[in-house]
Amino acid sequence: MTEGLRDTHGEGTRLDPWLGAYAARAQAMRASEIRALFAVASRPEVVSLAGGMPYIGGLPLEEIGDMMRRLIVDRGETALQYGSGQGDEALREQITQVMALEGIAAHADDVVVTTGSQQALDLVTTIFIDPGDVIVAEAPSYVGALGVFRAHEADVVHVPMDAHGLIPVALESTLARLQAERKRVKFLYTVPNFHNPGGVTLSLERRPQILEICARYGVLVLEDNPYGLLGFDHEPLPALRSMSDDGVIYLGSFSKTFAPGFRVGWAVAPHAVREKLVLASEASILCPSNASQLAISSYLNHSDWHGQIKSFREQYRDRRDALVGALEENIPSASWNVPEGGFYVWVKLPAGLDSKSMLPRAVTARVAYVPGTAFYYDGQGADFLRLSYCFPTPDRIREGIRRLAGVVDAEMETVRIFGTGAADRSGSVEFPSPDLA
Amino acid sequence: MDVMILAGGLSHERDVSIRSGRRVQDALRDRSTRVSVHDVDMALIPSLREGGVDVVWPLLHGESGEDGSLQALLELLGLRFVGTASKDARVAWTKPVAKSVLGRAGVDTPDFVTLPQSLFREVGAEQVLDAVAATFGLPVVIKPARGGSALGVSLVTTRDALPRAMVHCFAYGDVALIERAVAGVEVAVSVVGTGAQARALPAVEIVCEGPYDYDARYNPGRVEYFAPARLTEAQRDAVERAALETHRVLALRDLSRIDMIVDEQGVPQIIDINIAPGMTETSLFPQAVEAAGLDLGELYGEILATAAARN
Repeated sequence: MTEGLRDTHGEGTRLDPWLGAYAARAQAMRASEIRALFAVASRPEVVSLAGGMPYIGGLPLEEIGDMMRRLIVDRGETALQYGSGQGDEALREQITQVMALEGIAAHADDVVVTTGSQQALDLVTTIFIDPGDVIVAEAPSYVGALGVFRAHEADVVHVPMDAHGLIPVALESTLARLQAERKRVKFLYTVPNFHNPGGVTLSLERRPQILEICARYGVLVLEDNPYGLLGFDHEPLPALRSMSDDGVIYLGSFSKTFAPGFRVGWAVAPHAVREKLVLASEASILCPSNASQLAISSYLNHSDWHGQIKSFREQYRDRRDALVGALEENIPSASWNVPEGGFYVWVKLPAGLDSKSMLPRAVTARVAYVPGTAFYYDGQGADFLRLSYCFPTPDRIREGIRRLAGVVDAEMETVRIFGTGAADRSGSVEFPSPDLA
Repeated sequence: MDVMILAGGLSHERDVSIRSGRRVQDALRDRSTRVSVHDVDMALIPSLREGGVDVVWPLLHGESGEDGSLQALLELLGLRFVGTASKDARVAWTKPVAKSVLGRAGVDTPDFVTLPQSLFREVGAEQVLDAVAATFGLPVVIKPARGGSALGVSLVTTRDALPRAMVHCFAYGDVALIERAVAGVEVAVSVVGTGAQARALPAVEIVCEGPYDYDARYNPGRVEYFAPARLTEAQRDAVERAALETHRVLALRDLSRIDMIVDEQGVPQIIDINIAPGMTETSLFPQAVEAAGLDLGELYGEILATAAARN
């Protein structure tokens, strides 16, 4: 052990003898007041509109239980053993069939199975990002991705969205500016369907435009698509990956369409990239869980998973309707989008309110949300918050919004009294709890 | 002995409380006590009524745990518990009331004013804040009149930062305590025992880069702790006397942590009173126990034995 790495400053103690040893990237990994407040959200008294937790109660749990038992009895020696670094071949084949629903024609060899698509995000960032490299992402962007990017010391530049998703003109001008500044832009990170947290979907017309712009600037596209099959009213739009094999890395997941507890996701990447992803994954975890992969494979083989997704869509649509209806009734002074699928409504608060400052009041009122600042790299978003409708029942959602309305009214009064506006907090990337994903 | 630790609850400090509960349970693991940890929820009273619990240790931070409510419930159920009785907990928890009681007993606390949000609405915030700045000067410390773990607390150094600090504070409660900020050495003195038997553990000095806020308290790095504090003998006597006097005047029982600043004249100014001090891996009470050369498990065992023997 090198003594010089240990904390020997002064005569006191900083309670962590390894303070001097941490990598620079660990400096931002700190427990926050916000994270502490979410400890209360797990209590049943609290209506949590914070977490993106799927409605697992909607699954045929008995059937899945029987399936798991059969899996261990019949195939335990494989399920409980190490497996392939790239993932189980039969599952990879099935994944190509899942992706075909969104127009992707991939071969099983193109697929890398990962521990949730979160690990795929980490692997892509690991193989492409040196400290200071730029990632372009929507404004706002998925909090879990921002955490990965921060951990790899990337710089994130946000590009605005509107009701039709990422704005091509804004992307083009951003890339032109970054090129003029000689910044190394490595990839565009995008959630094109039922965006987290924005709720919007990239329109069909814009999809080829976005790909063309990125191709022209030599920028890879990282397409994160956990919600694509959870549209309420329309068939899925073709994935970006279906329009470009070479320019897009695609990330998929069973977490939202089946269950996050298995932690199974995947990446599909151009050949050379895929090779590096497999090597990086083996270096990181050796192989994804065989038990989880075989369970998913068995589920896809023997259960009516199309029917299950249809059932989820119907349940989530009811919940979306409950949330939007309650917002209209109780908080008309706010504004929001009406998502056509997925889990999230992105709410703009009445002028002057700061969603992060307001959170303790909400926790006191037994309702939880995620402050908008969590979804930006640069401290924007104080006047927004994300509401998830996926987990609570419609009645609980309506109760949660009634409570939130009281919170908004009380905060507005305080802000009116003191004449303060929403603050701009820089550098406030939060490291999310798992249930915030 | 069967011990039930109560941790969690619904306050803003739930996370800290859960960590405190686990640490105390760990410290007692090798002793001849059976320790369970329970949340304060619908299953609590049935669990307590099942019998077999000799003593309850409420380790809830924040309201309901420290404001006397939970203690009142335990008294109602006729259970022995660690810590201050409900009526005294209520006084200690409400900072302005506790400060007034201490002031009357000759214990120094920083000058302060207690202002509810409704007053700002009725007479105009700007004028009140002007008066605050004119009377106390800056900096001032703004904190919720009830609360802990530095939640909602701001050190305000400029007049234009006052309104935002007030909004931050009122997100945690309707009443704000505004104190003159005292420059000096910040120390925490943990007290163990009750009445004439109470004794002070070595003061722990807190040297913080920036405000001693939630981030500083629960993420190692920004704070350097000195245990025992780097005080002269006279200062050490003064802080121990102030802590014991606070513990006695407020009728605190079994354990407490008294936070203070030794001002530039060497006078300890009490800034906070904790009847359920944090017991996490970064908390001050366990540091004081270690500085005293005591074993955590042994001391916790003594505290429990005293509570269990109480009528």
